[in-house]
Amino acid sequence: MNIIVCIKQVPGTTDIKIDPSTGRLKREGVPSIINPEDKNAIQAALDLKGKGKVTVMTMGPPQAEDALREALAIGATEAVLLSDMKFAGSDTWATANILAAAVKKIGKFDLILCGREAIDGNTAQVGPQLAENLGLPQITYVQKIELDNGKVKVERELEDGYEIVETELPVLLTVIKELNEPCYPSLNGIYEAFHKREIKVLTNKDLNVDEERIGLEASPTFVKKVFTPEPKGQGTMLEGSVKDIAKELIKKLKEKEIIQKF
Amino acid sequence: MTKVKLNDAYPNIEIDLGMGNVLRKGETKDIPESYELKQAIELGHVEVAKETKKWDGKNAKKGSEIWVFAEQRNNKISRVVLELLGAARALSEKLSVNVAAVILCEKDNGLSNELIAYGADKVYLAEDARLKDYQTDVYTKAISDLVSEHKPQIVIYGATHIGRDLAPRISQRISTGLTADCTCLDIDEDDLLVQTKPAFGGNIMAQIKCKTKPQMSTVRPGVMKMLPNHKKRKGSVVKIRLEIAQSKTKVIDIIKSAKKRVNLEESGIIISGGRGLCEKKNFEMIEKFASLIGAEVGASRAVVDEGWIKEDHQVGQTGKTVRPKLYIACGISGAIQHRAGMQNSEMIIAINKDPNAMIFQIADYGIVGDVKEVIPALIKAIEGE
Repeated sequence: MNIIVCIKQVPGTTDIKIDPSTGRLKREGVPSIINPEDKNAIQAALDLKGKGKVTVMTMGPPQAEDALREALAIGATEAVLLSDMKFAGSDTWATANILAAAVKKIGKFDLILCGREAIDGNTAQVGPQLAENLGLPQITYVQKIELDNGKVKVERELEDGYEIVETELPVLLTVIKELNEPCYPSLNGIYEAFHKREIKVLTNKDLNVDEERIGLEASPTFVKKVFTPEPKGQGTMLEGSVKDIAKELIKKLKEKEIIQKF
Repeated sequence: MTKVKLNDAYPNIEIDLGMGNVLRKGETKDIPESYELKQAIELGHVEVAKETKKWDGKNAKKGSEIWVFAEQRNNKISRVVLELLGAARALSEKLSVNVAAVILCEKDNGLSNELIAYGADKVYLAEDARLKDYQTDVYTKAISDLVSEHKPQIVIYGATHIGRDLAPRISQRISTGLTADCTCLDIDEDDLLVQTKPAFGGNIMAQIKCKTKPQMSTVRPGVMKMLPNHKKRKGSVVKIRLEIAQSKTKVIDIIKSAKKRVNLEESGIIISGGRGLCEKKNFEMIEKFASLIGAEVGASRAVVDEGWIKEDHQVGQTGKTVRPKLYIACGISGAIQHRAGMQNSEMIIAINKDPNAMIFQIADYGIVGDVKEVIPALIKAIEGE
């Protein structure tokens, strides 16, 4: 079975600061990683591929190559980097347009896997948008996958349990961390991936997506500003006997109608 | 007098604007000119509210409604939908347009009336046995077709497992922008929607606007204010007939978790326990306190790792990010990882033996003391009346 896995390179921490002079996020000195749920997607692909191949794909600046090499080290068969200045600033809608063109370029596949959401933007939108773009059925929040004769049966997580959903291949699944435990790459795998393997780079010359559908200008949404939520200042310390403090506090909460009057 | 409101980014729940004028979060108030007010506006703590005429719905502009996707499960409207109706009403008053809810279900059975009672002027209702359970492709086609026909200017969805599956699919089909998991919606001076959403797990907030129509957002459950159920409100119901194709996916079974899943994100009050409880059995007092005031029970990572309580109660960077009306931290020191998950709570009460505990730095009310004594005292204070 041939599987395409879409991954994203993200900062290795969510503790990101804003540079007050530029109003932009400070990314210098923050190491990059493969988005955690995308690693679950890679692992699932390796578990399911059988004799087929696993193609990992990412859109990003040239340094996103590192994420692809890590995926190769874990065991992916091929890696494709979608990189072009024209792609820069794409929102989720424009990103899905680019990924869809790349999927069509890669050719035959049975399954597309994505992590449910990235830890930087937290949108969880690109997976479904890509599925729509390709006219594929989608199942999101997948916590278990079973394949059976051209059919796929999955558990889709819900807020209060899960549902069992079945569909025919090809399909796009977005997966959550409950799906599996991603393996680490072997030393040999790392050596091979960083010294011997090739990364295929595609630009918009190769993909030929209408420029009205990619990049910052074409994206329907735009970021007006980013800010750090201000931490609360210290409030009032309550003093006195435990009994008096408790009474005073409950009285305050009732006055402010935060807890109901009994 | 200046009509002002407290900025959403302002960390505390109220601000003193001098001469006994206190402005609380969520209210818009006329405040007399003062040095404190001028300074608060300059610092961005307080913003001058846009003049909104009390709108009676009579002069609504046509063809530019605000839509709420009314998610139902088992023919019951999800709570977040009622919150969205409250948010949509607030937006609609600034834009002078109608609020419409769109519901796909098997049978109405009073659902439309409920949507009207909570703020919808109009309900688009489609009834069909095949609409009983959510199916991505069937729902995508239905809502996309309706949006293309009626052209609402804003469509909002709950950021639930359904909304976050459906909304991106629709946005791609009709080629419009979508912002995920918003925690604040407002209208700017150009009558455009300003969507505030957390990124990087809540460490950064981003304000996002959309160049295309409809402007669409999914909205985090538990943050918008639901209006009171107003049974006498009037509204219209528009029945729609849909062409429904066979879904490509088939739901074989829906399994509820045996134990009720903890729903920290939707809870208005959370009482969390940490290592200061000393041992597992002391969690019982937290549970008792929680049940008395209708709260959910949360926990720090330390006690989840100890096995005192299950992982789905964990608040913090590797657990849930919550924003309740009230968060009570009991015996939690307040490491940055924990604070990341709860610091945006509207009000925080901290109880800790150590007067230097980090948690006090973000608490509205702090009590230095042993949680094992303070909680029973609080329970007594509630029961004692």
